[in-house]
Amino acid sequence: MRRLRHWGPGLLLLSPSLILLAVFVYGLIAWTTKVSLSDEHNARGSKGFVGIDNYKNLFTNDIQDRFTHSLKNLLIFTLVFLVGAMLLGLLWAFLLERGVRGEGFFRTVYLFPMAVSFIASGVVWRWLMNPLKGDGAGGLNAVFGSLHLDFLQSTWWTNPDWGMASMAMPAVWQLSGYVMALFLAGFRGIPQELREAAAMDGASTYRLYRNVIFPQLTPVALSALIILGHMSMKMFDLIMSVSGPQWLTEVPAIYVWQTLLTSDYAKSAAISIVLLLLVAVVIVPYLIYTNRAEKNT
Amino acid sequence: MTTVTAPPAAVESLAPRRKPKRSFGPGSIVKYALAIFFLIVVLMPLYVLIVTSFKAGSDIGVTSQWNLPTHWTTASWGKAWTALRPSFIRTFELAIPVAVISSVIGAANGFVLSRWRFPGADVVFTLILFGMFIPYQAVMIPLRDIVTTIGIAPGIPTLIFVHCVYGIPICTLIFRNYYATTVPEELVEAARVDGAGLLRTFTRIILPISIPGFVVTVIWQFTSAWNDYLFAIFLANTRNGPITIALNALAGAQSPDYAASMAGALITSLPTLLVYVLLGRWFIGGLMAGSVKS
Repeated sequence: MRRLRHWGPGLLLLSPSLILLAVFVYGLIAWTTKVSLSDEHNARGSKGFVGIDNYKNLFTNDIQDRFTHSLKNLLIFTLVFLVGAMLLGLLWAFLLERGVRGEGFFRTVYLFPMAVSFIASGVVWRWLMNPLKGDGAGGLNAVFGSLHLDFLQSTWWTNPDWGMASMAMPAVWQLSGYVMALFLAGFRGIPQELREAAAMDGASTYRLYRNVIFPQLTPVALSALIILGHMSMKMFDLIMSVSGPQWLTEVPAIYVWQTLLTSDYAKSAAISIVLLLLVAVVIVPYLIYTNRAEKNT
Repeated sequence: MTTVTAPPAAVESLAPRRKPKRSFGPGSIVKYALAIFFLIVVLMPLYVLIVTSFKAGSDIGVTSQWNLPTHWTTASWGKAWTALRPSFIRTFELAIPVAVISSVIGAANGFVLSRWRFPGADVVFTLILFGMFIPYQAVMIPLRDIVTTIGIAPGIPTLIFVHCVYGIPICTLIFRNYYATTVPEELVEAARVDGAGLLRTFTRIILPISIPGFVVTVIWQFTSAWNDYLFAIFLANTRNGPITIALNALAGAQSPDYAASMAGALITSLPTLLVYVLLGRWFIGGLMAGSVKS
């Protein structure tokens, strides 16, 4: 009883948030799951429970394999986005870590795209990724043309096979600075003694980074991957803004929205639950791992 | 580095430890060349936005995209402002309350979960955190019904409510980690020994030293409410929604006015960019907080 008096008030203060999240996160996910198992395919409502039929249909019976196509788009987008942002972020952090005059200025510029909404940046990227080539070229193609790098000219996101790789470019532009900030904090969190000890042992700069510094950055890299990865899977605004909703660039997050517009609630719910599962497969192990790691320290 | 998200203090740790040396070897030339090259690449879209927004008539075209305007004009800024003004004001009415309310909730939760803990606090915290990662599409279908049923007015009030609810995880995370690293356990214990209850300890002792945490959550929530498009498009429309919807309507029309779209994109970005430039150090702190661990 005394113990309860001890921690009871804390739980009480926390309880409004807990109730809200129980309802609006877990409750609504359960509700969406229920809808996804029903036959509520129009505004007239549901007649009954159909098991996992909606899910089966997505994978095997969707017109033109629309759902698997959206998954393929998501996969290409995610790969390019993650690799691009991680490499650029690491490179920028490394450059600044090596010491650059006016570092604050570089840092500010590299990071500023993060403050802009995808909707606003999409307005300009739509223009930069103009698919015209040759004399009528604009945007990036015009830059490549004037630099005599015509082979780099591209039809960008309008390319039916690899267009999604271009779609990842604005996302890389926007989030590399964030990865840089994470890595920079990682670099600067490494104790000076560690570097000095390595220098005393006569380690070359290459070996210092290879064997001492980069291994220390693994947790930072993992965090960055998780954050970018879940952002990528939820990507909606950017694509809506650059190409609008259309077949070529459709990802599951947009497919949900498009399906909802046709009042096919059951199908829309099923897509969103698949999306949730995709995110959960990555996030849940990470959260458990984080929780355990924290206990051990 | 081990336990927590970088707290706001981590911003300081971004500062270089030593001044760069003055020597300019070949390595240093490569370093500066790369740094400046990427600087230009990052600024390119901003350049196009700015020059296009001051163009008019035949200046605006795909092939002349990179040229400076032959005649500078602010006509498109005027046009964009007229189109965006109502939603611009509405977005302030959205983002400011969201930032304040979420921060207060986050501070209370963070305090309990770090310094007034109860059995199972870690499990509860993990369950709270999960809410930060979910794709909101997975709650969107019933969400629309439930906010109507509860009776919250459509448009901005609904969006305030929704952003506050789904902002709980990140704000709780930021404050939990802030208190765990900056508030000594002994301080809370001492207050307890003196007979101070939870609320008294929180309001008298904890809140006065929470300013850095508040700066981070306020910036974070302000920015995400301002930049949000997903909740906006699901729960509002161009007449009662925030600026992202209005901008997308302006820029996404069948034959959009490019100059006005670009001016509109700049207008839309100004508040968050201003916050970022003025409070940049803390902004970075907020970004770092997004990583559960660093």
